[in-house]
Amino acid sequence: MNIIVCIKQVPDTTEVKINPETGTLIREGVPSIINPFDTYAIEEGLLLKEQFGGKVTVISMGPPQAMEALKEAVAMGADEAILLSDKAFAGSDTWATAYTLSQAVKKLGEFDVILCGKQAIDGDTGQVGPGIARQLDISQLTYVFKVRELDPEAGTLIVERLLEEGREVVQAPLPAVLTVVKDINQPRYPTFLGIRRATKMQIPIWTAADLPDTDPSKCGLEGSPTQVVRVFSPPQREGEVELIEGDSVDEAAGILADRLLAEKII
Amino acid sequence: MALLEINKDECTGCEACVDVCPFGSLSMVDGITEVDDTCTACGACLDVCPVDALSLPERPAAAAEGLEAYQGVWVWIEQFQGEAGSISWEMVGEGRKLADRRETTLTACVLGHDVEHIANQAIAYGADRVFWVGDPSLAVYRTRPYATTLVNLVRQYKPEIFLLGASSRGRDLAGSVATELYTGLTADCTGLDIDPETNLLRQTRPAFGGNIMATIICPNYRPQMATVRHRVFEMPVPDETRQGQIIAIDPIVGEDEVATKVVDFITEQGEVNLADAKIIVSGGRGVGGPEGYEPIRQLAEVLGGAVGASRAAVDAGWIPYAHQVGQTGRTVRPDLYIACGISGAVQHLAGMGTAKVIVAINKDPEAPIFTVANYGIVGDLFQVVPALTEQFRKKLHK
Repeated sequence: MNIIVCIKQVPDTTEVKINPETGTLIREGVPSIINPFDTYAIEEGLLLKEQFGGKVTVISMGPPQAMEALKEAVAMGADEAILLSDKAFAGSDTWATAYTLSQAVKKLGEFDVILCGKQAIDGDTGQVGPGIARQLDISQLTYVFKVRELDPEAGTLIVERLLEEGREVVQAPLPAVLTVVKDINQPRYPTFLGIRRATKMQIPIWTAADLPDTDPSKCGLEGSPTQVVRVFSPPQREGEVELIEGDSVDEAAGILADRLLAEKII
Repeated sequence: MALLEINKDECTGCEACVDVCPFGSLSMVDGITEVDDTCTACGACLDVCPVDALSLPERPAAAAEGLEAYQGVWVWIEQFQGEAGSISWEMVGEGRKLADRRETTLTACVLGHDVEHIANQAIAYGADRVFWVGDPSLAVYRTRPYATTLVNLVRQYKPEIFLLGASSRGRDLAGSVATELYTGLTADCTGLDIDPETNLLRQTRPAFGGNIMATIICPNYRPQMATVRHRVFEMPVPDETRQGQIIAIDPIVGEDEVATKVVDFITEQGEVNLADAKIIVSGGRGVGGPEGYEPIRQLAEVLGGAVGASRAAVDAGWIPYAHQVGQTGRTVRPDLYIACGISGAVQHLAGMGTAKVIVAINKDPEAPIFTVANYGIVGDLFQVVPALTEQFRKKLHK
């Protein structure tokens, strides 16, 4: 089985702080990590490979420093990695990102499954997975919580998707794009041997010129329909917490209940 | 890689741009601005440079022709088992306002099987026109037939604005439709507005785990598409006397063209829809184990709310992932969020920080959850939560 995993390097948003004076992000010293959801996609790819054999190829579009994320994926056990990096890709929105990644997938040739995280924690859009599926005109299975069955011979799979009302069980033909949620597995740690392999590996960098039949006007800023026109700090929650105390727990609970009833939200 | 061009001869090293960069991508090197790869080409720095030393490449307006042919506001009405979700009506309410501001019509797209009643509801909630596509192949949502149907309708009738709910299905569908149409899509909006000068849809959304807000436009492609979060916009009041036009559309995709099959749907006992919940009672590390959720459940039951959880509790295996609130779980926006034994890590706050009223119950008075809470009780949740349940039981006469 040929398995492709698309990953993104993101700033660890839990480490991002806001400068209270300017209302801007302070990214100094903020570590770059593999998007957490993508680590589950990598693990699922490795699990499928262990079960069915084949190869896991990890691809990422980003600046040269995104190489670190790919090396980490290799250290976890991915067989191959490719970095898509070119000034022509800079400023891509989700449309241009999905286009560029799918052009790279086409160059990679035959594949059975493409795995992505359900969304990235910096952009939080969840649009690139569906975009890749549509660009490649193949099945799209988002929010996958479990791969129940996969039959490479018959070319089908059955997955459970986590939706608001419960879990939907869907059967689809291969190849397919799967975007995965957190609960699907427990990502492994890189092994010592894996880290050594990753350190030595020369990961190829593909530029726009390396992607055959790619329309440069559909890449990067030029190919992106959306534009960011303003960035600002979110409104802060107003007021301080009102700490409720009482002579007894029951009294405090009674006061709190009254306050909440007065808010007319219950 | 950064697209920002810096004219080093003009730069005076005033640092104005460094201070406004939302992403910390600019720094001073030898008295001159330098940009690194984290630049997102947002343009925030261009306006503040006193000597116009900063520039971004011009965007070609190649696709901007024929945009005026696109008119009207559309909303996709999501249905599950023949019932429309509240998020769809919230969007109809917001779509109505946008349509009025653009002095145009509001169209609802209703896809399903035996869902004519939803088409009628859409009119009552504020739509002028409904495209109603009924077919057994559309009974259960599947990406391909739904996306192809909407793509065809958009190509034929050319809406200017198209809104979908930022639910799992809405995001699944919108991503596919926008890709096929080659147009802009903004995910998870929490604010929509019409720019009075350009008449463009201004789409505002949180990013970076809720640390920043971004306003996004789509000037040269149509329709302008956005998914909108649950419970952001007011639920409109339906008016059964409203008149509108329901147009039945013949199915565009046959069942034989659809490769995916939904073979089962599993709803666990007590499974709750966190996204729609008005009240959420949530437990974290402080609940101590699976049995610790019992008092949480009881409070939720008395209040008619849903049960949430922090990542720590889910990772410990005390409660299923479907309950997780936060960055790697669900983003919720209830009227009331009661956090019990939750410290309030940044990742958790990102998922519930926009709740209208937040209550924190925690032993540790220093827990960060108290910094976002409206009300707090410092104490043992195993005493406070049952006491609160009892008080509500009395006061609500349950």
